[in-house]
Amino acid sequence: MSFDFLEFLKSLVSLTISDYLRELWGNQPWVDFLMNVLGVVILSTFCLLIVIFLIWLERKVIARIQRRIGPNRVGGRYGLLQTVADVIKLLIKEDITPTGADKVAYLLAPFLTVMAALMVWAVMPFAPNIIGVDLNIGIFYFLAISSVSVVALLLAGWGSNNKYALLGAFRSVAQLVSYEVPMILALLVPILLARSMSTVDIVNAQTVPYLIVAPLAALIFFISSLAETGRTPFDLLEAESEIVAGFHVEYGGMKFGMFFLAEFVSTLFMSGFFATVFLGGYRLFGLETLVIGDGWVIGNLLGLIIFFVKMFAVYFVYIWIRGTLPRVRVDQILNFNWKFLVPVSLALVMMTAVLDKLLPDTFNDFARAGAHLLANIILAMITIEILRSYARRQRKLASDDGAAETASGHDDHGHHEPAHEPVAAH
Amino acid sequence: MSQDWQFVAIFLILSPIFPAAPVILNHLLGPKKPNPIKQQTYECGIETVGSSWVQFKVQYYIYALVFVIFDVEAVFLFPIAAAYGQLTLFSIFSVALFIFLLADGLAYAWGRGALEWI
Repeated sequence: MSFDFLEFLKSLVSLTISDYLRELWGNQPWVDFLMNVLGVVILSTFCLLIVIFLIWLERKVIARIQRRIGPNRVGGRYGLLQTVADVIKLLIKEDITPTGADKVAYLLAPFLTVMAALMVWAVMPFAPNIIGVDLNIGIFYFLAISSVSVVALLLAGWGSNNKYALLGAFRSVAQLVSYEVPMILALLVPILLARSMSTVDIVNAQTVPYLIVAPLAALIFFISSLAETGRTPFDLLEAESEIVAGFHVEYGGMKFGMFFLAEFVSTLFMSGFFATVFLGGYRLFGLETLVIGDGWVIGNLLGLIIFFVKMFAVYFVYIWIRGTLPRVRVDQILNFNWKFLVPVSLALVMMTAVLDKLLPDTFNDFARAGAHLLANIILAMITIEILRSYARRQRKLASDDGAAETASGHDDHGHHEPAHEPVAAH
Repeated sequence: MSQDWQFVAIFLILSPIFPAAPVILNHLLGPKKPNPIKQQTYECGIETVGSSWVQFKVQYYIYALVFVIFDVEAVFLFPIAAAYGQLTLFSIFSVALFIFLLADGLAYAWGRGALEWI
């Protein structure tokens, strides 16, 4: 009895939809086509539906960080249906287009953001055999598609014919365009180590997760992904206290909902991408290749669970940062990028390349990882030392100024806390 | 190979449906009572003065220029990184020179004060 049941389960697992269609129609080209269509629909529906959960999760976690309770009325004790109620509310709002707006740009922008946010998911490896498509230029594809959202923001800001929206769009473009540079340079390091641009190859190359092999690249990628998705501390695109809501001031109803959705989908994608490139994706000590009995693979399911645990762990860090850090100023953001992240990531890429060539072939994966980790730590220490000497020089300059001013009798405050002088001077 | 891109092509064709469905649903479900005051441009309490489509100081212009340089660099660096195992020492030196020239470009822009948000 139990043996039969196992057989039945096995046949259930091994009979995929594509096998079924092939049995039905034979080996025809439209089977592949139909499978692709099905893959696209499943992937997109998953992305759209998980946002309902993500918004609830974010509100609940932020509430807990700020010692509130969060949504707890709609949908039981934990407010699980709060987002569903919000979606229904957005659906029955009036669909308004402001009189002055450029209608084409105004309408195109929400579509374009959602399309960009969805299409990047094509290269995300969920489990050993669950991936939209394993492109051999996977990471390049991600960078290309994700930069389309910049165009969408500019269209939204320009098309609204609103000054806040235009200012917001200008800031967004400056920020998104700037932070793409360190992101590209940080992603070069895993490509260099894995010798491939395919996301699957990068996952398979991570005997040691790249978080350990290249911690600086992971950190730079994480910071720039925060900026790319426009989350706190880099949420200048929609700084409520300065430019109301930035580029989407004029949007209401579901058109606003689409911007909201795209933001959450791309944040989840970034956490999944971080998990893939730096945390080993679906791999965990070979658990994902586990085979029971005569070739009954349960690795796919395990890989899926491992991947989701890692992805949501990273996502939690995103929410945590949003609940903790304040917003920074626009010039600080751009200075931090161009005068700190870009030089450091350039140095990092060069260092990794040279070290990778210098290491003898006799080294195994773990020895290589150790050498890379050591080099990363040394580079981090050098960077911190440069920063400290710069800060010391600034403090000395400020204290000299402060002393001069006290001597001439203008200012008493500069003398007590000279270190704060440059901050106040801005 | 073309099979791979078939997926992307189908994704490109189908992906507008997913934002379109809720937006169209919203258009059908929502009330339609337009009036001129409701459809005015949003402003902080007063009526908007003039159009927003005026000549404007584009602050990110220089950033965009530097970005273009680095983006083009990335296009060259990605294949180099992917084929790094097959590179000879000479080609690595040329790549290092390439990166050095770009870093020099960044240093030039920095030194000229182009990287200041005004």
